[in-house]
This record gives sequence, structure tokens and C-alpha cells, in this order.
Amino acid sequence: MRPVPKQRRGVTPRARLRVLQLPVVLWLTLVWVALWGELSAANVVFGLVVSIVVCLVFPLPTLPMDLHIRPLRLVWLVLRFLGDVVVASVEVAWITLRFWREPRNAVIEVDLETSSDFVLTVVAEMVSLVPGSLVVEARRSTHTLFLHVLDARDTAGVDKMRSQVYALERRVVRALGTETQRLPEGGTP
Amino acid sequence: MSWTALADGIAAACLVTGALLALVAAIGVLRFPDVLTRMHSATKPQVLGLLLILVGLGFRLRDPGTIGLLAMVALFQLVTSPIASHMVGRASFRAGQVRRDLLVVDELTDLLADERPREGD
Repeated sequence: MRPVPKQRRGVTPRARLRVLQLPVVLWLTLVWVALWGELSAANVVFGLVVSIVVCLVFPLPTLPMDLHIRPLRLVWLVLRFLGDVVVASVEVAWITLRFWREPRNAVIEVDLETSSDFVLTVVAEMVSLVPGSLVVEARRSTHTLFLHVLDARDTAGVDKMRSQVYALERRVVRALGTETQRLPEGGTP
Repeated sequence: MSWTALADGIAAACLVTGALLALVAAIGVLRFPDVLTRMHSATKPQVLGLLLILVGLGFRLRDPGTIGLLAMVALFQLVTSPIASHMVGRASFRAGQVRRDLLVVDELTDLLADERPREGD
């Protein structure tokens, strides 16, 4: 286990300031303005105040991100993801409506190739959003995901799911540009 | 065919498809045998179902402010639903709410059993 920094109590003023991450404050302000649906000076100022209070009350650790976003790869990642969601939704709907057959599920372990927390988070989120797979356990120390797969049927289905997750991880890494050097050579783009 | 009629047609198709997916999800919750399998039904067709309904609303309402709000709904739904389903799934697996006889492969149960004595909290 990697040590998790525990410094909630006795936060120094300096650490408190580091909690105010500019992108987060700007993003929260944007959400505030969008929720009010009107771009006015009062909305922006009040949004800034609320964002700063939120950041101070709920401090989050900074996520080390070494991103080099590649726009084309990112578009491909999103399109491929939407395609996967549509295909998998139809599959899950079919499994649901096939009343004469009980689904044969599986719980599988997928040990991700990269060691970035950010990639782990993105892959886990995307795997969860695609129907038919659910993350039951995630290990940050070893970057391992445990998935519950709906109707995997047999070991061939399990292997297929596993290789799909690895392919997704590769697409995520290529799109976001973190730790590309860790990827094995070859493979589909 | 005018542009508004076309947009209304797209909106109608999206709304009906989204509603059908929500119906299938409801059937799944009733029919599947254990919590984890039901989670697939309860959380998943909703992803596409909700997106389709939001797209349908966008095409029907055609108001920039509203579309911004709809995009926000979609974004927050996509970011938060995996976390909710993960927490429920994790808790139910650890509580033994799994039909193990329906699993073809289980790579987690033994691992958790090995770890249990060492877990302090």
C-alpha cells in the first residue's frame, strides 16, 4: 500500500491555500452560472464566492496529472465509447428480455498495465458506464479492478471482457498521453 | 419538410427509445436473481436511456440556456452513477448478497477471504 497523506487536522494556512485550485474554482463558477442560466456580474461574483467556500469546506487532494491530450485520439475514445454504450445497451436489453435463460455471470480481476491513478479512475468510470460490467472492487495499490460481468457465459466470454478492458485502457492512455511508455508494443490504435 | 418538423421527429424518436430502455431496466430489476445482476439493470440502460431523453428534450425545446442545463444533467449523471453503483456493488458483494451458483468465474471471493484476518478496521 502506498501511504495516503493524512493531514486533515491542523492544516497550515499554506496547505489551506493550496486547496484552492484555480481550475476547480473556475469550473464550479461556470456550473453555478449555468445553473442560474444567466451570465451576469452578480452571478459570476456570487459563484466565485460559493466555489471558494466549497473548496475550503471540502478540500480534495491534488491529482497528479501529466496530460498531453491528443485531440484526434480523444475524439476516437469518445466515439468508440458511445458506440460501445449503444451496442452494450442493446445486449443488456436482450439478456433482460430473454426470460427463459438465467444469465451466467462472472467476477473477474483485471490488472491494469499503467500505474496512474488518473487512468485507473477514468477506466473504472468508463467500464462502469458501459452496460454489462460493474466495478465491485478497485485496488489503488496494485491498480487492479474487479468487475462483475453480466452473462459472461464461459471462460471465452471472460477473456473477451478482459481484453476489452485492456483495449479501453490503451485508448485512454493514448488519448490523454499519460504513461504511454508503459504500453506494450503493437496492438490496435 | 421544415427544420422544426425534422427536429420534432428526432425528438419523438429519442424520447420513445429512451422510455423503452427505462422500461427494460424496470423489467430487469424485477426479474434478475441477485443484487449485482439487478444493479446492471438499474444503472445501465439508464445511461443511454437518459442521454436519449435529454437529446430528445434538447431537440424539442431548442433553447440554448435549457440545452446547457441538459448537458449539465448528462455530465453529472455520467460522473456520479458509476460511483453509486460501485458503492452498492462493493457492499453487496462483501455482504455475500451474490448468487455464487450463477458465477462462471469468481476471482475475488478467495482473495477477500485471505485478507479478512488482516483487516484491522
